[in-house]
Amino acid sequence: MCIAMPAEVLEIKEGNIGVVDFGDLQQEVRLDLVDVKVGEFVLVHVGFAIQRLSREEGLETREVFRQVYAAMEE
Amino acid sequence: MAVGKEILDTLHALVDRDITLMHICGTHEAAIARAGLRSVLPERLKIVMGPGCPVCITPQGEIDAALDLVERDCTIATYGDLLRVPGTKGSLESSGGDVRVVQGIHKAAEIARREPDREVVFISVGFETTAPTVAATILSRPPENFSILSCHRLVPPAMAWLLGQGEASLDGFLLPGHVCAVMGYEEYERFPVPQVVAGFEPEDILLGLLMAVQQVREGAHRVENAYPRVVTREGNVKAKRLMYEVFEPYDVEWRGFPVIPASGLRLKPEFEGYDAQKKYDIEIRHVDKHSACICDKVLRGIARPSDCKLFGKVCTPRTPVGPCMVSHEGACKIWHLYESRRA
Ligand code: SF4
Repeated sequence: MCIAMPAEVLEIKEGNIGVVDFGDLQQEVRLDLVDVKVGEFVLVHVGFAIQRLSREEGLETREVFRQVYAAMEE
Repeated sequence: MAVGKEILDTLHALVDRDITLMHICGTHEAAIARAGLRSVLPERLKIVMGPGCPVCITPQGEIDAALDLVERDCTIATYGDLLRVPGTKGSLESSGGDVRVVQGIHKAAEIARREPDREVVFISVGFETTAPTVAATILSRPPENFSILSCHRLVPPAMAWLLGQGEASLDGFLLPGHVCAVMGYEEYERFPVPQVVAGFEPEDILLGLLMAVQQVREGAHRVENAYPRVVTREGNVKAKRLMYEVFEPYDVEWRGFPVIPASGLRLKPEFEGYDAQKKYDIEIRHVDKHSACICDKVLRGIARPSDCKLFGKVCTPRTPVGPCMVSHEGACKIWHLYESRRA
Protein backbone atom coordinates (compact mmCIF):
# COMPACT_ATOMS: atom_id res chain seq x y z
CA MET A 1 0.00 0.00 0.00
CA CYS A 2 2.91 2.29 0.72
CA ILE A 3 4.35 0.87 -2.45
CA ALA A 4 5.68 3.41 -4.94
CA MET A 5 7.13 2.81 -8.40
CA PRO A 6 9.14 5.03 -10.75
CA ALA A 7 7.58 5.68 -14.16
CA GLU A 8 8.24 7.87 -17.18
CA VAL A 9 5.69 10.52 -18.16
CA LEU A 10 4.64 9.86 -21.78
CA GLU A 11 1.76 12.25 -22.16
CA ILE A 12 -0.03 14.94 -20.19
CA LYS A 13 -3.79 15.17 -20.63
CA GLU A 14 -6.36 17.68 -19.57
CA GLY A 15 -7.37 17.69 -15.91
CA ASN A 16 -3.97 16.89 -14.39
CA ILE A 17 -3.86 13.37 -15.80
CA GLY A 18 -0.68 11.84 -17.15
CA VAL A 19 -0.01 8.66 -19.06
CA VAL A 20 3.07 7.02 -17.59
CA ASP A 21 5.19 4.05 -18.53
CA PHE A 22 6.32 1.61 -15.81
CA GLY A 23 8.50 -0.32 -18.26
CA ASP A 24 6.07 -3.13 -18.97
CA LEU A 25 2.81 -1.35 -18.37
CA GLN A 26 1.30 2.01 -19.22
CA GLN A 27 -1.23 3.64 -16.98
CA GLU A 28 -3.03 6.91 -16.35
CA VAL A 29 -2.00 8.63 -13.12
CA ARG A 30 -2.97 11.85 -11.34
CA LEU A 31 -0.44 14.67 -11.53
CA ASP A 32 -1.99 16.96 -8.88
CA LEU A 33 1.03 16.77 -6.58
CA VAL A 34 3.90 17.43 -9.01
CA ASP A 35 4.82 19.81 -11.80
CA VAL A 36 6.30 17.66 -14.56
CA LYS A 37 6.99 17.60 -18.26
CA VAL A 38 6.77 14.77 -20.76
CA GLY A 39 9.93 12.63 -20.63
CA GLU A 40 10.50 13.21 -16.91
CA PHE A 41 10.29 10.47 -14.30
CA VAL A 42 7.96 10.39 -11.33
CA LEU A 43 7.43 8.16 -8.30
CA VAL A 44 3.88 6.76 -8.48
CA HIS A 45 1.88 5.70 -5.40
CA VAL A 46 -1.83 4.72 -5.25
CA GLY A 47 -2.39 6.19 -8.72
CA PHE A 48 -0.74 9.56 -8.04
CA ALA A 49 2.70 10.89 -8.96
CA ILE A 50 4.06 11.83 -5.52
CA GLN A 51 7.51 13.14 -6.43
CA ARG A 52 9.61 13.99 -9.46
CA LEU A 53 12.76 11.98 -10.12
CA SER A 54 15.69 12.52 -12.43
CA ARG A 55 15.86 10.20 -15.42
CA GLU A 56 18.79 8.16 -14.09
CA GLU A 57 17.11 7.76 -10.70
CA GLY A 58 14.00 6.59 -12.40
CA LEU A 59 15.64 3.98 -14.56
CA GLU A 60 17.97 2.77 -11.85
CA THR A 61 15.35 2.52 -9.16
CA ARG A 62 12.66 0.93 -11.28
CA GLU A 63 14.31 -2.46 -11.57
CA VAL A 64 14.90 -2.71 -7.80
CA PHE A 65 11.30 -1.98 -6.99
CA ARG A 66 10.05 -4.36 -9.60
CA GLN A 67 11.96 -7.22 -7.99
CA VAL A 68 10.93 -6.44 -4.44
CA TYR A 69 7.27 -5.92 -5.30
CA ALA A 70 6.98 -8.94 -7.57
CA ALA A 71 7.79 -11.03 -4.53
CA MET A 72 5.52 -9.08 -2.17
CA GLU A 73 2.50 -9.41 -4.46
CA GLU A 74 2.66 -13.22 -4.55
CA MET B 1 26.92 -8.05 -4.64
CA ALA B 2 30.56 -6.83 -4.82
CA VAL B 3 29.91 -3.42 -3.26
CA GLY B 4 27.68 -5.13 -0.76
CA LYS B 5 30.47 -7.49 0.25
CA GLU B 6 32.76 -4.58 1.04
CA ILE B 7 30.12 -2.79 3.10
CA LEU B 8 29.31 -6.03 4.88
CA ASP B 9 32.99 -6.61 5.75
CA THR B 10 33.25 -3.08 7.12
CA LEU B 11 30.07 -3.64 9.15
CA HIS B 12 31.52 -6.82 10.65
CA ALA B 13 34.65 -4.91 11.61
CA LEU B 14 32.70 -2.01 13.12
CA VAL B 15 30.00 -3.69 15.17
CA ASP B 16 31.73 -4.18 18.52
CA ARG B 17 28.65 -3.89 20.75
CA ASP B 18 24.94 -4.76 20.72
CA ILE B 19 23.17 -2.42 18.34
CA THR B 20 19.48 -2.43 17.50
CA LEU B 21 18.24 -0.42 14.53
CA MET B 22 14.60 -0.02 13.59
CA HIS B 23 13.15 0.56 10.14
CA ILE B 24 9.58 1.73 9.65
CA CYS B 25 8.74 0.53 6.18
CA GLY B 26 7.19 -2.59 4.70
CA THR B 27 9.23 -2.24 1.54
CA HIS B 28 12.42 -2.22 3.63
CA GLU B 29 11.26 -5.39 5.40
CA ALA B 30 10.54 -7.08 2.06
CA ALA B 31 13.93 -6.06 0.66
CA ILE B 32 15.73 -7.28 3.81
CA ALA B 33 13.88 -10.59 3.87
CA ARG B 34 14.26 -11.14 0.16
CA ALA B 35 18.04 -10.67 0.22
CA GLY B 36 18.32 -12.67 3.46
CA LEU B 37 20.26 -9.77 4.97
CA ARG B 38 19.63 -10.70 8.60
CA SER B 39 21.53 -13.96 8.20
CA VAL B 40 24.70 -12.25 6.96
CA LEU B 41 24.78 -9.30 9.37
CA PRO B 42 27.07 -9.26 12.40
CA GLU B 43 25.45 -11.19 15.23
CA ARG B 44 25.32 -8.17 17.52
CA LEU B 45 23.50 -6.00 14.98
CA LYS B 46 19.74 -6.43 15.19
CA ILE B 47 17.29 -5.00 12.66
CA VAL B 48 13.68 -4.75 13.79
CA MET B 49 10.61 -3.60 11.91
CA GLY B 50 8.58 -0.94 13.68
CA PRO B 51 5.11 0.42 12.93
CA GLY B 52 5.83 0.70 9.20
CA CYS B 53 2.66 -0.87 7.83
CA PRO B 54 -0.29 1.54 7.64
CA VAL B 55 -2.89 -1.22 7.46
CA CYS B 56 -1.34 -3.02 10.44
CA ILE B 57 -1.27 -0.01 12.75
CA THR B 58 -4.92 0.84 12.07
CA PRO B 59 -6.61 -0.15 15.34
CA GLN B 60 -9.46 -2.58 15.42
CA GLY B 61 -11.90 0.19 16.42
CA GLU B 62 -11.39 1.82 13.02
CA ILE B 63 -11.91 -1.48 11.19
CA ASP B 64 -15.12 -1.84 13.20
CA ALA B 65 -16.12 1.69 12.15
CA ALA B 66 -15.69 0.66 8.50
CA LEU B 67 -17.94 -2.34 9.21
CA ASP B 68 -20.50 -0.01 10.81
CA LEU B 69 -20.56 1.96 7.58
CA VAL B 70 -21.31 -1.26 5.67
CA GLU B 71 -24.27 -1.76 7.99
CA ARG B 72 -25.50 1.73 7.14
CA ASP B 73 -25.64 0.52 3.54
CA CYS B 74 -22.74 2.66 2.34
CA THR B 75 -20.61 1.57 -0.58
CA ILE B 76 -17.12 1.07 0.78
CA ALA B 77 -14.13 1.69 -1.43
CA THR B 78 -10.63 0.94 -0.20
CA TYR B 79 -7.28 -0.73 -0.84
CA GLY B 80 -7.17 -4.50 -1.28
CA ASP B 81 -4.84 -4.83 1.70
CA LEU B 82 -7.60 -3.84 4.10
CA LEU B 83 -10.27 -6.33 3.03
CA ARG B 84 -9.28 -9.27 5.16
CA VAL B 85 -8.18 -7.43 8.28
CA PRO B 86 -10.25 -8.93 11.09
CA GLY B 87 -12.58 -6.60 12.99
CA THR B 88 -14.67 -7.55 15.99
CA LYS B 89 -17.40 -8.96 13.75
CA GLY B 90 -15.66 -10.32 10.66
CA SER B 91 -13.87 -8.36 7.97
CA LEU B 92 -14.89 -6.11 5.09
CA GLU B 93 -14.49 -9.08 2.80
CA SER B 94 -16.85 -11.27 4.81
CA SER B 95 -19.32 -8.47 5.57
CA GLY B 96 -21.52 -9.14 2.56
CA GLY B 97 -21.74 -5.41 1.88
CA ASP B 98 -20.96 -3.41 -1.23
CA VAL B 99 -17.17 -3.30 -0.80
CA ARG B 100 -15.00 -2.36 -3.74
CA VAL B 101 -11.23 -2.41 -4.13
CA VAL B 102 -9.76 0.70 -5.71
CA GLN B 103 -6.26 1.74 -6.70
CA GLY B 104 -6.56 5.06 -4.90
CA ILE B 105 -8.99 7.67 -3.62
CA HIS B 106 -9.51 9.24 -7.07
CA LYS B 107 -11.14 6.01 -8.24
CA ALA B 108 -13.43 6.01 -5.22
CA ALA B 109 -14.51 9.56 -6.05
CA GLU B 110 -15.22 8.41 -9.61
CA ILE B 111 -17.59 5.76 -8.27
CA ALA B 112 -19.45 8.47 -6.33
CA ARG B 113 -19.71 10.56 -9.49
CA ARG B 114 -20.93 7.62 -11.59
CA GLU B 115 -23.41 6.38 -8.98
CA PRO B 116 -25.03 9.47 -7.44
CA ASP B 117 -27.64 7.32 -5.65
CA ARG B 118 -25.02 5.53 -3.60
CA GLU B 119 -23.26 6.89 -0.51
CA VAL B 120 -19.61 6.12 -1.17
CA VAL B 121 -17.09 6.05 1.68
CA PHE B 122 -13.37 5.68 1.08
CA ILE B 123 -11.51 4.02 3.97
CA SER B 124 -8.43 6.17 3.91
CA VAL B 125 -5.36 4.60 5.50
CA GLY B 126 -1.73 5.54 4.99
CA PHE B 127 1.20 7.60 6.16
CA GLU B 128 2.47 10.88 4.73
CA THR B 129 3.14 9.14 1.42
CA THR B 130 -0.59 8.71 0.88
CA ALA B 131 -2.26 11.62 2.69
CA PRO B 132 -1.38 14.20 -0.01
CA THR B 133 -3.24 12.13 -2.64
CA VAL B 134 -6.32 12.31 -0.43
CA ALA B 135 -5.85 16.04 0.09
CA ALA B 136 -5.62 16.67 -3.66
CA THR B 137 -8.83 14.71 -4.23
CA ILE B 138 -10.76 16.49 -1.46
CA LEU B 139 -9.63 19.83 -2.90
CA SER B 140 -11.08 18.81 -6.26
CA ARG B 141 -14.48 18.90 -4.50
CA PRO B 142 -15.94 15.44 -5.10
CA PRO B 143 -19.76 15.12 -5.06
CA GLU B 144 -21.76 15.21 -1.82
CA ASN B 145 -22.37 11.47 -1.75
CA PHE B 146 -18.63 10.97 -1.21
CA SER B 147 -16.79 10.95 2.10
CA ILE B 148 -13.75 9.39 3.76
CA LEU B 149 -13.03 7.61 7.01
CA SER B 150 -9.64 9.13 7.79
CA CYS B 151 -7.32 6.56 9.38
CA HIS B 152 -4.15 8.47 8.46
CA ARG B 153 -1.13 8.47 10.72
CA LEU B 154 2.11 10.45 10.85
CA VAL B 155 5.44 8.70 11.34
CA PRO B 156 7.48 11.15 13.49
CA PRO B 157 5.09 11.18 16.49
CA ALA B 158 5.31 7.36 16.67
CA MET B 159 9.10 7.61 16.60
CA ALA B 160 8.94 10.14 19.42
CA TRP B 161 6.78 7.71 21.42
CA LEU B 162 9.15 4.78 20.79
CA LEU B 163 12.16 6.85 21.83
CA GLY B 164 10.46 8.20 24.93
CA GLN B 165 9.28 4.79 25.99
CA GLY B 166 12.49 2.87 25.43
CA GLU B 167 11.21 -0.73 25.64
CA ALA B 168 12.78 -1.69 22.28
CA SER B 169 16.20 -0.19 23.28
CA LEU B 170 16.70 1.38 19.90
CA ASP B 171 20.09 2.76 18.92
CA GLY B 172 18.94 4.28 15.66
CA PHE B 173 16.50 4.32 12.76
CA LEU B 174 16.47 3.68 9.04
CA LEU B 175 13.95 6.25 7.90
CA PRO B 176 11.17 5.26 5.48
CA GLY B 177 12.25 6.20 1.96
CA HIS B 178 8.83 6.93 0.48
CA VAL B 179 7.51 8.90 3.42
CA CYS B 180 10.69 10.99 3.18
CA ALA B 181 10.35 11.33 -0.61
CA VAL B 182 7.23 13.38 0.14
CA MET B 183 8.04 14.94 3.50
CA GLY B 184 11.81 15.33 3.30
CA TYR B 185 13.72 14.69 6.52
CA GLU B 186 13.90 18.08 8.14
CA GLU B 187 11.32 17.20 10.79
CA TYR B 188 13.40 14.18 11.88
CA GLU B 189 16.35 16.35 12.82
CA ARG B 190 14.80 17.03 16.24
CA PHE B 191 15.32 13.43 17.35
CA PRO B 192 18.56 12.92 19.28
CA VAL B 193 19.28 9.52 17.74
CA PRO B 194 21.22 8.26 14.69
CA GLN B 195 18.97 8.23 11.61
CA VAL B 196 19.67 7.38 7.98
CA VAL B 197 17.28 7.66 5.05
CA ALA B 198 17.91 4.44 3.16
CA GLY B 199 17.01 3.11 -0.27
CA PHE B 200 15.75 -0.35 -1.16
CA GLU B 201 18.56 -2.29 -2.83
CA PRO B 202 20.46 -4.65 -0.56
CA GLU B 203 23.48 -2.39 -1.05
CA ASP B 204 21.40 0.69 -0.18
CA ILE B 205 20.20 -0.93 3.01
CA LEU B 206 23.67 -2.14 3.99
CA LEU B 207 25.02 1.35 3.37
CA GLY B 208 22.25 2.82 5.53
CA LEU B 209 23.07 0.35 8.31
CA LEU B 210 26.77 1.14 8.04
CA MET B 211 26.17 4.87 8.32
CA ALA B 212 23.92 4.39 11.32
CA VAL B 213 26.44 2.08 13.02
CA GLN B 214 29.17 4.65 12.47
CA GLN B 215 27.03 7.28 14.16
CA VAL B 216 26.36 4.95 17.10
CA ARG B 217 30.11 4.36 17.51
CA GLU B 218 30.85 8.07 17.33
CA GLY B 219 28.08 8.82 19.81
CA ALA B 220 26.69 11.16 17.17
CA HIS B 221 23.10 11.80 16.19
CA ARG B 222 22.18 13.36 12.90
CA VAL B 223 20.01 12.58 9.90
CA GLU B 224 22.04 11.29 6.97
CA ASN B 225 20.68 10.68 3.53
CA ALA B 226 21.84 7.45 1.90
CA TYR B 227 19.11 7.74 -0.72
CA PRO B 228 19.74 11.10 -2.41
CA ARG B 229 18.55 9.60 -5.70
CA VAL B 230 14.98 10.06 -4.49
CA VAL B 231 14.94 11.95 -1.19
CA THR B 232 15.77 15.61 -0.51
CA ARG B 233 15.76 17.47 2.79
CA GLU B 234 12.62 19.45 1.96
CA GLY B 235 10.71 16.72 0.09
CA ASN B 236 7.76 17.57 -2.16
CA VAL B 237 6.78 21.05 -1.01
CA LYS B 238 3.55 21.14 -3.00
CA ALA B 239 2.36 17.80 -1.62
CA LYS B 240 3.09 18.90 1.94
CA ARG B 241 1.24 22.17 1.46
CA LEU B 242 -1.88 20.43 0.11
CA MET B 243 -1.79 17.90 2.94
CA TYR B 244 -1.84 20.61 5.63
CA GLU B 245 -4.43 22.62 3.74
CA VAL B 246 -6.90 19.78 4.14
CA PHE B 247 -5.81 17.89 7.27
CA GLU B 248 -4.90 18.77 10.83
CA PRO B 249 -3.07 16.56 13.33
CA TYR B 250 -4.94 15.11 16.32
CA ASP B 251 -4.26 12.68 19.16
CA VAL B 252 -5.08 9.10 18.25
CA GLU B 253 -4.42 5.48 19.17
CA TRP B 254 -2.39 3.12 16.97
CA ARG B 255 -2.69 -0.65 17.06
CA GLY B 256 -0.14 -1.78 19.61
CA PHE B 257 0.31 1.77 20.91
CA PRO B 258 -1.64 4.00 23.25
CA VAL B 259 -2.96 7.38 22.13
CA ILE B 260 -0.01 9.21 20.58
CA PRO B 261 -0.24 13.02 20.62
CA ALA B 262 -0.73 14.71 17.23
CA SER B 263 -0.12 11.45 15.37
CA GLY B 264 -3.29 11.23 13.27
CA LEU B 265 -4.72 13.35 10.49
CA ARG B 266 -8.34 14.45 10.41
CA LEU B 267 -10.13 16.71 7.96
CA LYS B 268 -10.19 20.39 8.91
CA PRO B 269 -13.62 21.83 9.84
CA GLU B 270 -14.12 23.38 6.39
CA PHE B 271 -13.99 19.90 4.83
CA GLU B 272 -16.24 18.32 7.45
CA GLY B 273 -18.82 17.45 4.81
CA TYR B 274 -16.39 14.78 3.58
CA ASP B 275 -15.81 13.32 7.03
CA ALA B 276 -17.70 10.02 7.18
CA GLN B 277 -17.35 9.82 10.94
CA LYS B 278 -19.29 13.07 11.36
CA LYS B 279 -21.65 12.48 8.44
CA TYR B 280 -22.85 9.11 9.76
CA ASP B 281 -22.21 9.80 13.43
CA ILE B 282 -19.81 6.89 13.76
CA GLU B 283 -18.09 6.37 17.04
CA ILE B 284 -14.58 4.90 17.10
CA ARG B 285 -14.34 2.60 20.07
CA HIS B 286 -11.23 1.26 21.73
CA VAL B 287 -11.18 -2.52 21.46
CA ASP B 288 -9.11 -4.62 23.86
CA LYS B 289 -7.35 -7.50 22.22
CA HIS B 290 -8.22 -11.02 23.22
CA SER B 291 -6.45 -13.29 20.77
CA ALA B 292 -2.95 -14.72 21.06
CA CYS B 293 -1.87 -12.49 18.17
CA ILE B 294 1.22 -10.46 19.08
CA CYS B 295 1.00 -7.94 16.21
CA ASP B 296 1.09 -5.21 18.85
CA LYS B 297 4.55 -6.30 19.99
CA VAL B 298 5.76 -6.86 16.43
CA LEU B 299 4.72 -3.28 15.58
CA ARG B 300 6.61 -1.91 18.58
CA GLY B 301 9.75 -3.78 17.53
CA ILE B 302 9.93 -6.00 20.63
CA ALA B 303 8.88 -9.30 19.03
CA ARG B 304 9.52 -11.05 15.74
CA PRO B 305 6.76 -12.74 13.75
CA SER B 306 8.37 -16.12 14.49
CA ASP B 307 7.95 -15.43 18.23
CA CYS B 308 4.18 -15.74 17.74
CA LYS B 309 2.77 -19.16 18.61
CA LEU B 310 0.25 -18.86 15.80
CA PHE B 311 2.75 -17.90 13.09
CA GLY B 312 2.57 -20.20 10.08
CA LYS B 313 0.32 -22.65 11.95
CA VAL B 314 -3.06 -21.17 12.77
CA CYS B 315 -2.16 -17.83 11.20
CA THR B 316 -1.24 -17.88 7.50
CA PRO B 317 -1.94 -15.48 4.62
CA ARG B 318 -5.03 -17.59 3.82
CA THR B 319 -6.23 -17.65 7.42
CA PRO B 320 -4.88 -14.42 8.92
CA VAL B 321 -5.47 -13.84 12.62
CA GLY B 322 -3.92 -10.37 12.74
CA PRO B 323 -3.37 -7.56 10.24
CA CYS B 324 0.39 -8.21 10.07
CA MET B 325 -0.45 -11.41 8.18
CA VAL B 326 -2.89 -9.62 5.84
CA SER B 327 -1.10 -6.62 4.42
CA HIS B 328 1.67 -6.98 1.86
CA GLU B 329 3.63 -4.70 4.14
CA GLY B 330 2.99 -6.66 7.30
CA ALA B 331 6.05 -8.27 8.89
CA CYS B 332 4.26 -11.62 9.42
CA LYS B 333 3.10 -11.84 5.82
CA ILE B 334 6.59 -10.98 4.53
CA TRP B 335 8.34 -13.46 6.84
CA HIS B 336 5.85 -16.16 5.94
CA LEU B 337 6.51 -15.62 2.25
CA TYR B 338 10.28 -15.91 2.54
CA GLU B 339 10.34 -18.70 5.10
CA SER B 340 8.04 -20.87 3.06
CA ARG B 341 10.27 -20.25 0.06
CA ARG B 342 13.41 -21.24 1.84
CA ALA B 343 11.93 -24.34 3.39
S1 SF4 C 1 1.58 -14.45 13.03
FE1 SF4 C 1 -0.59 -13.83 12.89
S2 SF4 C 1 -1.34 -13.96 14.95
FE2 SF4 C 1 0.90 -13.92 15.10
S3 SF4 C 1 1.46 -11.79 15.31
FE3 SF4 C 1 1.50 -12.21 13.14
S4 SF4 C 1 -0.56 -11.64 12.43
FE4 SF4 C 1 -0.67 -11.82 14.67
